[in-house]
Amino acid sequence: MAYGDTVVLRGISLTIKAGEKVALIGRSGAGKTTLLRRLYQLNPRDCAFIHQHQALVPQLSVFHNIYMGRLDHHSVWTNVLNLIRPSAKHRAEIEPIAAHLGLADKLFTRVGELSGGQQQRVGIGRALYRGGQVVMADEPVSSLDVVQREEIMQLIVEAGSTVISSLHSVSLSQRFFDRVIGLKDSQILFDLPADSVSNAQLAELYC
Amino acid sequence: MLRTSLWFVFIAVGALFVANISITTLEPWGELQKLGLGLLTPDFLSLPGFWQALINTVSFALIGISLAIVFGWLLSLFFSLTPVRLFCGFIRAIHELFWAFIFMPIIGLNSLCGILAIAIPYAGVFAKVYAEIRQESDQRPAEALAPNTSRVSGFFYTTLPIIYGELKNYTSYRFECALRSSAILGFIGLPTIGYHLETAFREGMYSEAAALLYSFYLLIISIRFWAKPRLLVFACIGAVLLTSWDVSLSSANIIRFFTYDILPWPMRAEGYYTGTQAVTLPFAAIGAWLLEVMKTEALPGIWQTMVLTQIALVCTAVLTLMVFPFASRRFHSAGVTGTTQMLLVILRTTPEYILAYIFLILWGPSMLPAILAMSLHNGGILSSITAGNVNLLQLPFDSSTSRINRYLYEVLPRCYGQFLAFLFYRWEVIMRESAILGILGITTLGYYIDSAISSDHLDTALLLIVVTAMLNMVIDSLSQFLRRSLRISAHLKVELPTS
Repeated sequence: MAYGDTVVLRGISLTIKAGEKVALIGRSGAGKTTLLRRLYQLNPRDCAFIHQHQALVPQLSVFHNIYMGRLDHHSVWTNVLNLIRPSAKHRAEIEPIAAHLGLADKLFTRVGELSGGQQQRVGIGRALYRGGQVVMADEPVSSLDVVQREEIMQLIVEAGSTVISSLHSVSLSQRFFDRVIGLKDSQILFDLPADSVSNAQLAELYC
Repeated sequence: MLRTSLWFVFIAVGALFVANISITTLEPWGELQKLGLGLLTPDFLSLPGFWQALINTVSFALIGISLAIVFGWLLSLFFSLTPVRLFCGFIRAIHELFWAFIFMPIIGLNSLCGILAIAIPYAGVFAKVYAEIRQESDQRPAEALAPNTSRVSGFFYTTLPIIYGELKNYTSYRFECALRSSAILGFIGLPTIGYHLETAFREGMYSEAAALLYSFYLLIISIRFWAKPRLLVFACIGAVLLTSWDVSLSSANIIRFFTYDILPWPMRAEGYYTGTQAVTLPFAAIGAWLLEVMKTEALPGIWQTMVLTQIALVCTAVLTLMVFPFASRRFHSAGVTGTTQMLLVILRTTPEYILAYIFLILWGPSMLPAILAMSLHNGGILSSITAGNVNLLQLPFDSSTSRINRYLYEVLPRCYGQFLAFLFYRWEVIMRESAILGILGITTLGYYIDSAISSDHLDTALLLIVVTAMLNMVIDSLSQFLRRSLRISAHLKVELPTS
């Protein structure tokens, strides 16, 4: 797979079983984002994607940003009406999700006014509301502080049965995921259960 | 933002009820057919005086803009002084056509009148924008200079190189506007392309009119090939040489204008009847005259101007929001956006005055032609700006595949603030234009000014022009207030999460 002249992925063959929690690690530019997007595009209907932050619309409320996870499941007319006046039905669906994420009192706050951690929760809320089989996340905690990372990571691995996420932090990948894939120079360097990744392999990955 | 928008819509709907909107011509569609036929069969051969008119159009704009750059720059240096700011606001609030109206009785309908009518309001615009550009430029390189560096050398080495590109872009955009202004000045008798356009349209010679209109488009499109900074000096010299300077300035005439003609009528009445031209100061009579003009002309004029402005503003907004997706690659393929962009360029290039004039011929005098003309012209401008801004948006790769969903949830919320800021910038422009379109017979302020000029009541005309300028300054500050309190800006801001 290539963008222009740059080869971003080379000869990758990958099987991920339902229910697996998979972390993708590697230096920036190794092809993590590209691989995630490629996986997403294989079956977009059943996947939910958690971006870093740019996917949220800062001018819209938490409620609407979460609702956006299922725009394609509702008729255009419903979407228009819901933008003007949120319906009781959709509120009943979204309120528990917001409450679960600790955003109950922020439901109609504009996302632009929230903190980085809260915004990431909204992103997770969107994925939860979308409710696909597979949840994917691209560096979901890289802009957060250490305490929030743990909380958000926990919410993400619980967000779907199958979870695939790229990560900066090796320790997070080992603690929250079952399987760790190391990407280097557009290729898979190792693909191992989380507890059997050796320090030597990590050193080679990041050198 | 939403609430403010809804208020504007509410006011515009109210205004629609009091506005006079009707089609009064007997055969509006027959005339439209003839016009369409004319547009398809342009006749470039039978245009007497065409080349001189084209040369005049370019010369007036070129010389006018050059003067405006010089004086605008000088004024911009003192823009932090309140009197200077108010002065610039005032000269900018008076439309080119009204400036021409003011100069007509002093120096006659000639090239100087046309040049000054362009130079003065544009100097006011340049003063403001140049000052803003300088203020908002990066000051750090200037601050890093050695402490004894002279301000002038500092300016040439740090500030100017930083802002040069922006100055050039803005000035060349204004040059295009000046060409439009120059063309329009022909409609009140100056020897530019508008003069021939008016004649052709009035006499129903639509093929000739189409040829003139197309030449004007070509002129505007060709700007980018000849309006280069290096060539401009030669172009200016050429313009000065090719313009007819048959201007007879009589100082007596000028003095008379300022010390006699524009004085309120009661001050001149006694001397007029006794034949001495003496000036008296009857305060009560002046007050009564003032009140009378206010009651019978200024207030009805302001009312109609504002009714027209508010309707046209909201129609512009609605049109823009409907059209811009067709000009944006975020929604449509290159074929669709290319075609739309071309239509938008035509709408932008055709001055609203000419559009209004055409619609007026088709449908007769009412607010309808004016509303349509202003919405199309301003909607054209705003649609291409908004589409350009939307193209810069970074949408996530998994954003909705349905266009309407993407429009409503992803794009509109992100671009609405900036769109509104641009719309509020146009508010004052639309108001000024609403007043001007009165010259075509809609009873806005321009109608009363035009009648006062044609019946030689220069005192009333000047008073009404000042009233129009004041109204424009009020709208300008209201627009600024709204932009500030809604915290919207036309500058593109990248929103980063606050963590």
